[in-house]
Amino acid sequence: MYNILLGGAAGDGIETMSALLEKMLKQSGCHLFTIRDFMSRVRGGHNFTQIRFGNTLLHAHRDSLDGIFAIDETTYREHQSQLSDDGFILCDESLSIDDHRALKLPLKAVAKELGNPKVISSVAIGALLKIFDFSLEYAADTLKNNLRADLVEINLSALHRGFDLTKPRFGLKSALTSDYLLLSGNTAIGLGALAAGIKFYSAYPMSPSTTLLDFFSTHGDKMNVAAEQAEDEIAAINMAIGASYAGVPAMTGTSGGGFSLMVEALGFTGIAEIPLVVVDVQRPGPATGFPTRTEQSDLKFVISASQGEFPRMVIAVKDHTDCFYQTARSFALANKYQIPVILLSDQYLADSTTTIPILDASKIISAPTTAAGDLDENDRYRRYALTKSGISPLAIPGKTEALVRIDSDEHDEYGQITESADIRNKMVEKRMAKLELLKEELIEPEFWGAHQCQSLLVGFGSTSGAIKEAVDLLNAKENHYGALIFGDIYPLPTKRLKHFASQVVEIINIEQNATGQLASLIREEALLCCNHSILKYDGRQLSVDDILTGIKNLKGGF
Amino acid sequence: MKKTAFTTSETAWCPGCGNYSILETLTGVLNQMETPPHQVVLVGGIGQAAKANQYISANGFSGLHGRSLPAAVAIKIANDDLTVIVNTGDGDSYGEGGNHFLHNIRRNVDITHFVHDNQIYGLTKGQPSPTSDPCDLSHKINACNMGATFNPLLIAIAVGATFVARSFSGDKEHLAEIMQAAIKHPGYALVDILQPCVSFNKKNTFAYYKQRVKPLDPTYDATNKLAAMEKAMEFGDTIPIGILYQEQALTYKEKRPELFDAVPLIDKLVNLEDVQALIHRYI
Repeated sequence: MYNILLGGAAGDGIETMSALLEKMLKQSGCHLFTIRDFMSRVRGGHNFTQIRFGNTLLHAHRDSLDGIFAIDETTYREHQSQLSDDGFILCDESLSIDDHRALKLPLKAVAKELGNPKVISSVAIGALLKIFDFSLEYAADTLKNNLRADLVEINLSALHRGFDLTKPRFGLKSALTSDYLLLSGNTAIGLGALAAGIKFYSAYPMSPSTTLLDFFSTHGDKMNVAAEQAEDEIAAINMAIGASYAGVPAMTGTSGGGFSLMVEALGFTGIAEIPLVVVDVQRPGPATGFPTRTEQSDLKFVISASQGEFPRMVIAVKDHTDCFYQTARSFALANKYQIPVILLSDQYLADSTTTIPILDASKIISAPTTAAGDLDENDRYRRYALTKSGISPLAIPGKTEALVRIDSDEHDEYGQITESADIRNKMVEKRMAKLELLKEELIEPEFWGAHQCQSLLVGFGSTSGAIKEAVDLLNAKENHYGALIFGDIYPLPTKRLKHFASQVVEIINIEQNATGQLASLIREEALLCCNHSILKYDGRQLSVDDILTGIKNLKGGF
Repeated sequence: MKKTAFTTSETAWCPGCGNYSILETLTGVLNQMETPPHQVVLVGGIGQAAKANQYISANGFSGLHGRSLPAAVAIKIANDDLTVIVNTGDGDSYGEGGNHFLHNIRRNVDITHFVHDNQIYGLTKGQPSPTSDPCDLSHKINACNMGATFNPLLIAIAVGATFVARSFSGDKEHLAEIMQAAIKHPGYALVDILQPCVSFNKKNTFAYYKQRVKPLDPTYDATNKLAAMEKAMEFGDTIPIGILYQEQALTYKEKRPELFDAVPLIDKLVNLEDVQALIHRYI
C-alpha cells in the first residue's frame, strides 16, 4: 500500500493530473482513496491531492507519504516532514530542494521540447507510474476518454518520455479481479437519489455541496430530474417543498451557511408533513468559516434547527457506499413518515474519491405508494387525518378528486387554519407519534473491533474509515479496542451503545469538531458520559495517525 | 358539496375589506374555466391576502411568509397539468419575498401571481409596506415610506416579466377580465390588484382609488416595452389599470424540451436500468 501527494498552486492542473493518475492506477488493478485539499481561490496558493493506493479496499487517507510530486518548492516545504526516509520527491530539476530524497528530473525541459509546457503533469505521471513499476498499458485509453482529442497525442508522448526518465523503486501486486467504481461522495449521493426516483433537485451553489448541483445539472435531463439553481437557499428549500407537495421526490443540498437560511422552511416541512431530503455537506463554520475544508460541527445544529418541535431524522453518511444507500433510504423514510430527513455529509466525503464495489440500484427499498385520497363523510379529504400511528394517508394534488390542503399554520385535519387548543394538542401529538414509530426502525451504530473490548471509541459519519483502521492497528498490539460508529444519529439509537458501555472501562469520542457534539448527544439521549475525547477542528480530516497519536497521548496521561 | 364548482367559505377578514371582492371575482373566474377544482392549486404565503386560498375549494398551499413563489413554480414544474395561482399581499411579495419576486419573474414558469396590494401591512396592524406612499412631512400619515416607494410593475417589466397588469378590487368586471387574461397567459403573469385596507390605510381608501384608477386607452400598445415602463411610472392623480405589458416568450418548460414534453414530470417513469447504466459509467 502506498501513499503519494501531488501538490502545486491553484491553476497548476493538480486536480486534472490526479484524476488521470487515479484512473490509470485503477486500470492497473489498484484500490484507491484520494483526498483533495484545496484553497478557496482559483489561482495561486497551495493545493494538493493525496492518493493512497494498494491491493485492498481503502476507507481513509493516511498522513505518512511514500512519494511527493512537487510542482513548486512550497509543496516540498509543506509536506516533506510527512515523507518517509526511503520516500521520494519527484520535481523538476530547476527547483532548489536540498534533500537526499529528491528525484530531480528534466520535466519542464521535456514538456517544452514536446511543445506545450502544460504537459509537464503527464511527464510526471509517466515517471510516477515507472517508479511504482506499472506499465503504460492503460495510459492511451485513459487519455482518450478524458482529454480533448487534440491533446491526447502530445500527452501520450509526455507520458512515455516521463516513463523513460526514471526506474522502478516500488512494486505492488495488483489485486482487482472484478469491476469497481471510482467516485466521490457527492456523486454517490447523486446516484443514490436517482435510484430512489428523485425528480426535483434545487440548490444554490455552495462549497462543498456544489458538485451535487453540478451532478443533477449534468444528468437531470436524461434521468427525468428537474435541477434548478435557486436564487438563494431559502428559495431552494421552498422549491423542493413545493415539488414534494406536488408529488415528486425532491431534495435540496447545501452546506452549513445555506442550511442556516433553510431553517424556517425545515420547520415548515415538519408542521406541514411534507417529505423532504436535505443534504448538509458540512464545512467548518461559523459563518463563512473554511469554505473548502471539512468539519462535523453541524450535528447539534441540524438536530435542533428551526423553532418549535417536530419529528425529523438525521443520518450521518459514513463512506461512499453509505452515501448511495443512505441517500436512497432517506427518500423512503421521508416519504413513509412525511418528515424532513437530513443527510449529514462533509467536504471530506464529498470531494474524496475511492474505489468501491458496484452499487446496486435494484437493492433500493422503494418509497411506499401514496394513498388514493379517500374522501370522508363530508366529501372532503383529510390531509392530516388523525391516525394511531400519526401518519395520515398522503394524496397528491390533481391525481384524485381530493383537494389537498397544506398549511404552515397550525391546522385541523383538513389542513384548515385553526386556533383550537384541542386540535393543537392532537396535531402536536400526532406529529410527535411519528418519531416514536421511526425509533423502531433505526439502524444501531456499526460495531468494529474486539467484542470483549475495554476501550470503546465512538464516532459518526466520515471518520468511520479512519476509526476502523485505527482500531485494527491498535488491536494488533493489544486486542481490547472496539468502536461504535453512528450512521443514524437522530433520533440516537442507544441499545448497542448501552450494551457496550456496561462492559468497557472507558469511552472515547472521536469527532471532527471542537466541543464533542456526539458526546453531548450521548449524554442527553443515553445518560452516558464519554471519558476522553479526541477532537480535531483545523479543517483537515482526522486521520488514522491522528487517532493513534490521540490514544497514545491519552495513555501517557494515565 | 358540488365537486365541480369552486365555492368559498367563511373568512377571517375585516368587514369591508377589499379582499372580499377579489375572492368573489377569482371564484367567478375559476368557475368559468373548464379546469376542475382538483386541478387547481392556490398558493399563498402569509398575510391577510395569503389567506385567500383557505377560503376557496381548490388544492391549497399555505406556505411561509414571502416564499410562495419558489413553492409555486416548483409545483408547476413537477406537474404541468396543474393550474397554479398565487395570492399574496404586497408585503409578502415585494418585501419579505423580494428576491424571489425578481428571480421567479426571470424563470417565466407558467403561473399566475395576484398581489393584493393595499400599500400597508394589514395582519401586523399598520406598518408601511414597500408600496406605501412616500412620506410627506407636512401631512404626516401613519404608514408611509421614508425611503423610495417600490414600483412592482416597473421592476417586473425591467427583469423580464411577460405579463404585467394592474387592476382594482372595486371594479370587479375589470378585475375578472384581467384575471382571466393572466391565467390564460403562457408564462409568469403578475397582476397588482389595488385594494383598500379599511382598518389601517386611511389614505389609500376605496374612494381614493375609485377616483384615480383609469383603464388604459383601447389604443394603448401593450407590446411596447419602453412605453410600458413609462406607463408603469404613472401613479398619482391617475393610476392606469389594465395590461401594461405583455409579450410572447418561451416559458421555463419550453426552454427545456429535453426534460419537458406532453408527459408531466410527475408521470415520467423512473428507469432503474438507466440509473444502473449511469453507475457503471464510473467503473
